[in-house]
Amino acid sequence: MGKAQQAGAQPTTRDYLKVGVILFVLTVAEVVAIYIEALKPVLAAVLVLLSAWKFLLVAQVFMHLKYDSRVYAGFFAVGVTLAILITLAVTVIIL
Amino acid sequence: MSHASAHAAEAVDVHQEAHAHHHPAALGIPNQKLGTWLFIASESMFFAALITTYMVFRYRSVVGPHPDEVVNIPLTTVSTFILLMSSLTMALGVSAAHRGETRQVGKFLALTILGGLGFLGIQFYEWWHLAVDYGLTWRTNIFGSIFFILTGFHKAHVIFGMLWLAVIAISSFRGTLRKEHAVNVDVAGLYWHFVDVVWIVIFTLVFLLTEAGV
Amino acid sequence: MATTVERSFWQALPKPQSQTGLWSWITTVDHKRIGILYFWTSIVFFLIGGVEALLIRLQLAGPNLSVIGPDLFNQLFTMHATTMIFLAIMPLTAAFFNYFIPLLIGARDVAFPKLNAFSYWMFLTGGIFLNSSWFLGGASDAGWFGYPNYSLKEFNPGLGVDFWLIGLLLAGMGTLVSGFNFIVTILNMRAPGMSLMRMPMFAWTTLVTSFLIVFSFPVITVALLLSLFDRIFGTLLFDVFAGSDLTLYHHLFWVFGHPEVYIIVLPAMGIVSEILPVFSRKPLFGYSVMVFSTMLIGFVGFAVWSHHLFTVGMGPVVNTVFALATMVIAVPTGIKMFNWIGTLYGGRIKFTAAMMYALGFLALFLIGGLSGVMLSAAPSNTQIHHTYFVVGHFHYVMIGGALFSLIAAIHYWGPKMFGRMLDERLGKLGFWTLFIGFNMTFFPMHIMGVMGMPRRIYTYDAGMGLEIWNAISTVGALIMGLSIMITLYNLLTSLRRGERAPADPWDGRTLEWTLPSPVPEYNFAATPQVSARDELWIRKHPHLAAGAPPKAEDRPDETIVLPGGTYMPLLVSLGLFVAGYGLLYSLPVFWGGIAVALLALAGWGLEGDNERIIRLGGKR
Repeated sequence: MGKAQQAGAQPTTRDYLKVGVILFVLTVAEVVAIYIEALKPVLAAVLVLLSAWKFLLVAQVFMHLKYDSRVYAGFFAVGVTLAILITLAVTVIIL
Repeated sequence: MSHASAHAAEAVDVHQEAHAHHHPAALGIPNQKLGTWLFIASESMFFAALITTYMVFRYRSVVGPHPDEVVNIPLTTVSTFILLMSSLTMALGVSAAHRGETRQVGKFLALTILGGLGFLGIQFYEWWHLAVDYGLTWRTNIFGSIFFILTGFHKAHVIFGMLWLAVIAISSFRGTLRKEHAVNVDVAGLYWHFVDVVWIVIFTLVFLLTEAGV
Repeated sequence: MATTVERSFWQALPKPQSQTGLWSWITTVDHKRIGILYFWTSIVFFLIGGVEALLIRLQLAGPNLSVIGPDLFNQLFTMHATTMIFLAIMPLTAAFFNYFIPLLIGARDVAFPKLNAFSYWMFLTGGIFLNSSWFLGGASDAGWFGYPNYSLKEFNPGLGVDFWLIGLLLAGMGTLVSGFNFIVTILNMRAPGMSLMRMPMFAWTTLVTSFLIVFSFPVITVALLLSLFDRIFGTLLFDVFAGSDLTLYHHLFWVFGHPEVYIIVLPAMGIVSEILPVFSRKPLFGYSVMVFSTMLIGFVGFAVWSHHLFTVGMGPVVNTVFALATMVIAVPTGIKMFNWIGTLYGGRIKFTAAMMYALGFLALFLIGGLSGVMLSAAPSNTQIHHTYFVVGHFHYVMIGGALFSLIAAIHYWGPKMFGRMLDERLGKLGFWTLFIGFNMTFFPMHIMGVMGMPRRIYTYDAGMGLEIWNAISTVGALIMGLSIMITLYNLLTSLRRGERAPADPWDGRTLEWTLPSPVPEYNFAATPQVSARDELWIRKHPHLAAGAPPKAEDRPDETIVLPGGTYMPLLVSLGLFVAGYGLLYSLPVFWGGIAVALLALAGWGLEGDNERIIRLGGKR
């Protein structure tokens, strides 16, 4: 069913540090984006995309999803998808 | 040999023999990690329900203050950075555990806990600031109610995580953390990263979108 | 001689060692014992819920009666439903999950034995907490769904609703973690050769049910917590004058509530899928389609919740979407019906009590499903919403569906659990009285509902044509009560005087029937090597496996390691239980309870497994 961890396919300290830097940069980008007038019409989308990128980085690298069994990613993907769909549905229905 | 140490020796014997007899897992992955990811998927639904409540009620208050009036981007951004960096130190701690460097684990976990404290410190200051300077508490209006409950549950998760990490860190410093416990450190790490990931979502939806006027 | 290793405080604490007596049950982590604990506890709560139902039916037996006043009546229907759903039907199902899932998949125990014990203790403490409200000022009267704002302090100043909220939070925690436990068990602890598509159907339905639990329980947790915060801390989440929209609670509750009914019914379907093949002496018809239908029901079950909200004013587009989605669920359910009929067709039917209850399920669940489809049409739903039609519908699926299959399971699996056969004649008498009594009680409700009788009213006036149906319904309820007494009598006397059960009394098809009755502590002496679906049947009829690759021999284990007893899960439960009372009466007690729970949780993680070695093959 799922793959076991493959020998050697583990993030190194350097990988972790790289991701740390990218997360830092993305957060700065998010905050800066708010104050850029030109982005106003697409701001919500830009912010959601940037935060999704951060989310995926933490999940894939820090939480090892990229390197571990697909079963874990499967559970998480189903949970997050269900969470997003239901949040959207209820919010749309009520508002 | 005294009775007590003979008993202890026999207990260790049983323990070691027990470890040799654990059956292989059908999927080839450890039960604890499988269970933890399920827990994380489940908690995603928990926070989704809270976030739904926030999204539905945030602009419905009859009296102020309203979200756009109280959101403090600089302070919240700093606390977000700190939490993200604590995830970095956590990941390094888990790495150390897998490499068998059990004493290093404690050091990284201590840094992570420090990050957690920093995050909480700023967050609790923000709460105090909101109450005292804006008059916003969880009884002021509906926005206040869901804001404090959503961020409150997140903080409670952070606090629980810190206690958990402290227990592991202590065992690392005392030398009782062994290489076969790496999966337990891994599990604690997954929990901590999840709490961080939830904050990424909250930071965007509650703080950034509000500041952006969405 | 091993070198001594320094043991921590927790590892050095004395652990429970005895295998017999009360303490061994209180500290057990053995899935079979936990299953038996669930079994008897749920029966006690079932009887309480049954008494509550009889009182309701007595009050409604005729027009304008005053057997029970309105306030007590409201508490009765609230607690009857809450008790039956959360403290009777679900835990009785859990009893069978616990005892049989490891056996069906060829495992020694569940993935997390201590967590398993914790689930039981949370059920027990939650159930006690909930019912203690009767003695502490009155139970909740806000319905089993607890809608605000009636459930809030302004209209409900007493503690009844708080007891209900906290009691469900406690019990719900137990259910949630058992979801994690069974998913990991089923995915990761199957015997060699037991691929997912060779698993018995009950294992599949348990797996899908557990996913439903894992994803839906967190949502009701939030609904309950928000109500609790409004009541205890004065937050404004459901304060209409502060800008709230009460339908948010409806959504949160029913996003849980709808998957909840599949959590109840899927295992019931799994049980029927186990029993019909055995007593038709034919394999389950269309196994792969059954698996796929189960998954589809689970998946679509998350997309239909707003059919409970058709009348709150979501608008025609939303109503249509949910009406269509609800009708879609009827498709895989119908497919399962046809597959069960296909299993029976051409079989050599043996009418044991278990089989009769399973057949009863087919007929009665079908009726319940049909009335469900009638409810799914949003326009006509407006007419029958909140009438007795709905009460009729869900009792057909809950009793005709879930309860009939659970009693079938008692007759089918009881011998394996208790080592004694139940009396077949009493079993059949129990079946017929239940079948007749049940239909008398609940069929008229469809009529009453269409005539306009609302739910949750403590009386009704004469001269509207309702008298005759309510009278029939009450008589039916009394017959049902009699039936339950017959079955209980059968169960209790069989434990003492029943014929001793052999390993395989029914000529079964699955692995549990390879084991002695009752099952020994370590389950399988040899880890079974599985080569087919219905593995036991293939072993008994090797010609059916002709052409398949030769099967590996079962690997006998000379040394078996079992986790030992522990106090920690119970202590965590007790801590939380006490904290519950503390939240209502005394804040220091609350924090004390939380502290105990956290300490016991630390102990749980750090104390080790108290493992025991069992040596078979003569050496002990």
